[in-house]
Amino acid sequence: MANLTNAPLVIGVTGLNATENPGPGLAVIRALREAFPQVRIIGLAYESLEPGIYMHNLVDKTYQIPYPSAGSVALSQRLQAIQAKEHMDLIIPNFDAELYNFIKIKAELQIIGIRLILPTHQQLAACSKPNLAAFGRLHQLNVPKSLSIFNADELHNAADELNFPLVIKGKFYEAEIAHTASQAQNAFYRLSAKWGTPIIVQQFIKGTEINVAGLADGKGNALSVVPMRKLYITDKGKAWAGITIADDKLLTIAHRFAAASKWSGGFELELMQDKAGELFIMEINPRFPAWIYLTAAAGQNQPAALVKMALGETVEPLTEYQVGKMFIRYALDHVTDVSEFQQFSAFGEL
Amino acid sequence: MKLKANIATSDNGFIFNPATGDSYTSNTIAAFILALMKAGKADADIKLELLDTYDVEATALERDWEDWLLQLKDANLLEAK
Repeated sequence: MANLTNAPLVIGVTGLNATENPGPGLAVIRALREAFPQVRIIGLAYESLEPGIYMHNLVDKTYQIPYPSAGSVALSQRLQAIQAKEHMDLIIPNFDAELYNFIKIKAELQIIGIRLILPTHQQLAACSKPNLAAFGRLHQLNVPKSLSIFNADELHNAADELNFPLVIKGKFYEAEIAHTASQAQNAFYRLSAKWGTPIIVQQFIKGTEINVAGLADGKGNALSVVPMRKLYITDKGKAWAGITIADDKLLTIAHRFAAASKWSGGFELELMQDKAGELFIMEINPRFPAWIYLTAAAGQNQPAALVKMALGETVEPLTEYQVGKMFIRYALDHVTDVSEFQQFSAFGEL
Repeated sequence: MKLKANIATSDNGFIFNPATGDSYTSNTIAAFILALMKAGKADADIKLELLDTYDVEATALERDWEDWLLQLKDANLLEAK
């Protein structure tokens, strides 16, 4: 078994798409490199224009992997081929849409030496967008009313029940606020064409957006919880700047979530605090968020703690973090040569 | 009125509420008053210091004081009574 003191760790990471709607991969890698300077990072990418593929200061080698729609067998076969060359100790998946397949092949990967810290299929489903309202009701967590619909005709009833404005959400990603029936219908068609059905229609809550990044041990304990207030939000609703804050209510919600779900691995709670100070769970993301490096900068390196969990080390709960630690995201034109693009596009590795 | 205990203020007038992430900048006089409030001085004592330090009438100060408290309350920086 690899450990932190002798053989260099080899860690596979997905989510290298550091775009305007960034995947968490590069932030995870940055946190890992800070904790384990000798680590070898194997990027696992779906598309040849994921910027992380070409960022050799962060990613040592990248392999293309099949889209989630290709199924778990295709993923397993590809990872076995990669493992024969790379001997990865673990993989940290960072996309919602790929988790189902990774959970399915977790045991197979374990046999060839790849560890994964992931929730179960049941846990993943229970916290998914379509089931979030039921999850909230079951565990007395404050979740806005929502309905899952499969047909645009159902929007009318949803609007009657929840009133405009409505939040129309894709099954995996993206959400739009609809103030009228036609806006709701357009959003339904746009999001269902992109992500499939069901579409989630959620009650709109006006307030301040706060996110909580967490790591849970699968036994009902949150080992790390770091809340962040969004300071600048993009038109896709993503935090472009944020700051760590201290509020016991936020920590309590995260601990209650970990206890109720018995979650294993990284997670993010997207919360909304209304004018009266009431907190609503808007979404539960089953992975680390794209701003996860802030947890490391604030003193709780969640990706590093996850690695230690995967390696079987005892991870004591992290309780202290720096309040007022800020991140401000920026865009940078990374320059590479067409030969690199060609290499990855043609051979699926770089 | 008392500032919330967790509110951070700096000499240059920067105010940070760690519970919400809100931050504000204030002018020299506001920074002066905040420092006195942070030190736990009573409203009456702060007003006396202001009258001593600045060229201001007591009636004008009283009016401005009420406005000041409203701003602090609106910014969620005051302890609940």
